[in-house]
Amino acid sequence: MCLGIPGKVEEIWEQDGTRMATVDFGGVRKQVCLAYVPDLALGEYTIVHVGFALTKLDEASALETLELFRSTGLLEQEMGGT
Amino acid sequence: MKYLDEFSDPVLAARILDDIASRVTKPWSIMEICGGQTHTIIRHGIDQLLPGNVTLIHGPGCPVCVTPLEIIDRALIIAARPEVIFCTFGDMARVPGSRTDLLQVKAAGGDVRLVYSPLDAVRLAQQHPDRQVVFFAIGFETTAPANAMTVRLARQLGLSNFSLLVSHVLVPPAMTAILESPSCRVQGFLAAGHVCTVMGTKQYEPLVHRYRVPIVVTGFEPLDVLEGIRRTLFQLEDGRFELENAYPRAVTSEGNAVAQTVINEVFKVCDRQWRGIGLIPQSGWRLSAAYADFDAEERFDVRGVVAQESANCRSGDVLQGAITPPECPAFGQECTPRRPLGAPMVSSEGACAAYYQFRRIDIAAPTRRGSAPVS
Repeated sequence: MCLGIPGKVEEIWEQDGTRMATVDFGGVRKQVCLAYVPDLALGEYTIVHVGFALTKLDEASALETLELFRSTGLLEQEMGGT
Repeated sequence: MKYLDEFSDPVLAARILDDIASRVTKPWSIMEICGGQTHTIIRHGIDQLLPGNVTLIHGPGCPVCVTPLEIIDRALIIAARPEVIFCTFGDMARVPGSRTDLLQVKAAGGDVRLVYSPLDAVRLAQQHPDRQVVFFAIGFETTAPANAMTVRLARQLGLSNFSLLVSHVLVPPAMTAILESPSCRVQGFLAAGHVCTVMGTKQYEPLVHRYRVPIVVTGFEPLDVLEGIRRTLFQLEDGRFELENAYPRAVTSEGNAVAQTVINEVFKVCDRQWRGIGLIPQSGWRLSAAYADFDAEERFDVRGVVAQESANCRSGDVLQGAITPPECPAFGQECTPRRPLGAPMVSSEGACAAYYQFRRIDIAAPTRRGSAPVS
């Protein structure tokens, strides 16, 4: 229920004054309301919950987190630890 | 898929697990609030990969599971009315009420529709002006923006045949109730990432300081959950209690300001019963006075309906982390996803359903882990 699914914005249009988008979830496409994340642009990723985009996924933060994971344990290895 | 695959990398998971194992010196108990995280943990066996002295306690963060029985009974009464089209998220359709569930009401001729989004219910109201369309608006803060926008849209469209049966719940008061409980074993929390996309992380700052408890806002992929656990454990080992954000790609301190504005316009905070837990003060949202004419409980006069829980279902103990699902005598016996006694066996975020789906073969085996101390 609270599961938000990440997807990529593929198309944006206006419907009754509201920004809508087609979002691709790894092959499954859904129409999504962008009222809460109006600055989403084509090609960006968002978390979608029950038909509404809730937040823009921040690429720089994602890369930083992954870099942190990749560096985990490497220092110990270089120092001859575990 | 981007943002999914790279956060499921087994090589990186092993590194984080090694890092955790090298730092943990004492037994610790951490609660993951959100049922989505419970599913990630059980599905990937994260609880079994952690050092034996780290216990994960599953929290009450499954909205379907905590929706009180009397609200479900009210839904069943409304859904059975001939003029009503009753719209619900699929998870809710099989949750047992006192005597029946929404799918059985549908089988008996009720017009129950499973929808993906509350906007689908508005569309149905537009298409069927001669019918009363009711949307079952349950959920945590994550779902509130969608439901709030739907009511606003219904008003803009002048729909007089649309209403909401609202049973919204809030995470911070539930965490307070858990921390205030005399039997509380929780020493640190993984806060629910998607709730925080809406409300921001700042809501949790007072809890951290008042209860001197680490709270780490955590995502849902395996590496996200491991990172949340790692940061919580490191705080506990260091004797720190801080609010940390381990899901920065999706969550900010302030949350979604537009969503908060619309929520505050459409809803107001109220006391709320939680199924299996009881009344938690100021723990829910109901429609505000400005939108009271969209309240299905008033429109169909069901506010007086009360209900009694089944004595055989221990979902209250499961929801409060007092027992794990296999410790319930009914688990996998008289209670299965096909014939559930309680809501946690139904929902895709319910702890009982997670154990049934991913663990029942292990549980059936004689040497089961988790019930005995592990060295």
